This record gives sequence, structure tokens and C-alpha cells, in this order.
Amino acid sequence: MSSSASTQPVVHPAGTARLLWTVLATVAVLTLLAYLVAFDQGAVSRSGTYLHELMHDGRHLLGVPCH
Amino acid sequence: MPLTTTAPPFFAVLVRGLLAGLVAGLLAGTFAYVAGEPRVEAAIAIEEAATHAEPAAGAHDHEDALVSRSGQRGGLFLATGLFGAAMGGLLATAYVLLSRRRRSYDDGRSGLSLAGAALLGAVIVPFLKYPANPPAVGDPATINQRTVTYLLMVVLGLVAVWAGSLGYRSVGAQAPAWQRAAAAVGGFLLVAAVSYVVMPSFQEVPANFPAALLWDFRLASLGTQVVLWTGIGLLFAALMHREWRRRSGTDALRST
Repeated sequence: MSSSASTQPVVHPAGTARLLWTVLATVAVLTLLAYLVAFDQGAVSRSGTYLHELMHDGRHLLGVPCH
Repeated sequence: MPLTTTAPPFFAVLVRGLLAGLVAGLLAGTFAYVAGEPRVEAAIAIEEAATHAEPAAGAHDHEDALVSRSGQRGGLFLATGLFGAAMGGLLATAYVLLSRRRRSYDDGRSGLSLAGAALLGAVIVPFLKYPANPPAVGDPATINQRTVTYLLMVVLGLVAVWAGSLGYRSVGAQAPAWQRAAAAVGGFLLVAAVSYVVMPSFQEVPANFPAALLWDFRLASLGTQVVLWTGIGLLFAALMHREWRRRSGTDALRST
């Protein structure tokens, strides 16, 4: 193990703005995914209540209010 | 051995978080299938008996349902898998954002403690205020209020954990460990207790619903989340450790 590897700073020198947007987009997509599993009643997914019914047991056992 | 090396790019961490979450979600689904499904079935039997006795009750209609019961049992794995992947991805994102503030990059121990913080703040605190309900428990008329207050409680639980870490850091590093621990626990309990008192309660368990079944279901539900977050934490830490070894290996190679 050399010292050059251990003295690298953690701060990313460039692309902070790009990273910020990537992070925001990622959080938005993942939040939407969690929403579809845990809370959707068909209003967002336009699937009627199909997704809601399909993941019924999962929602109950993950402890999310269901009905 | 150096404990620090260059931080991996965001996507490398994100992919590991998603993978850890997906696998942990399937593990949690397996636990829920074994420990929880018998309770869900028993609760649905009670719900159907109540609906038949009182057809105007307006309860969930499981008879000519869109998805069959076996479909819902399979959907359990879809739900926990997708939910796990989403949580793993969010954990990885939080890990990257927080690691930019740390002075050193370590191989996932902070990922493990992040998963522990999420379990405490986003699962255990809300669960104590709004425990999971099986089918047949809960008034459909209040579902929107219960959903909003539940989500608010998740946020307050995470704020409580944050208050705990603030308390820990507010006591100087030279102070004895028990003082820092006391400040952390105090900050956490203060926020958790105030939220617990301020948030509205819902008592909607039917009088004739078996208490033992309710307890067993709630324990299975809490267990599912514990398996999920323990799995995310351990798998994410393991994957990050492998990545760290791979990167420190190539760094060492490059410098020779």
C-alpha cells in the first residue's frame, strides 16, 4: 500500500453541479418507485388499482397504511 | 494499511446500493412470506366474515378481486424487492452526499451505520406510533389521514436521529464516551417523544379482532423491515468493501 493512494482528498474537484443534478434525478426516480409500491392507488400509475392490489400483501407487511 | 483511498464515482455506489436493496428486499419478502402470510390469510378470513355478515360495510372486496390471493402472495416479493431497491438506492445516495463531508473515505462502515439510522428513524419510531395493521383493521374512511401522518412520522423519526447525531457532536470529542452517548440519546428521545405526543392517534382495531393475531402480524411486519434494513446495511457494506479493495489494489499498482 503506497502513500499516494491514502492522501487523495475525498472532495470531487469538478462536476459538483452535474453531480447535484444526477443526485436529484436519482432521488426523484427512487422516491417515485417507493411511492408506486407503498402508496399508489392508481392516480399516478394509471393502472387503476391493479398495482395497488398486486402489492397488497407487501404493503401490509412493510407496515404502510393500506386501507 | 491506509484507511482512506479515492472515493468511488456516484454511479458505482448507486449500483451497489440498488443491488444490495434488491437482494435484501427479496430476503425480507421471504421472511414476510414465511412469518407474515399466515397472519394475512387469517386476517382476510376475519375481514371476509365481517363483510358477509354486514354487506354494506364497504370493506376491501377480496372476492372478485383484480388480483387473486395467490397473485397477491407473489406480489409480495415484487413489492419488497422494488421497495428494497428504492431504499438501497436512497441509502447509497445519502452515503455519497455524507461522504463528501467526511475527511476520509472508508469501506462501508458508515453505510452500515446509515442503514441502522434509517431502521431506527424511518421504521422503528413510526412503527411505535403507527404500528402496521393487518387486513380488517383500519377504517377506510381515514386512510388518507393515516397515510399523511405515517409519512410525517417517518420524517420526524429521521429528524430525531439527526437530533441525536447533533447531540453527539455538540459534546466535544474530548468528553467521555458516556457523555456523548447521553447527549445523542437525549436529542433523539426529545424529538421522538414530542412527535409521539403531538401526532394524532388512530384507534381502529375492531373490538372482536383477536389480540394474539394482531400482535403476531405486527411482529412479522416489524421483522420484515428489520430483515430489509439489516440486509441493505450488511450487503451494501460488503459490496463497498470489495470495491474499496479493488480500488486500493489498482491504486497501489499504479503507484509502483
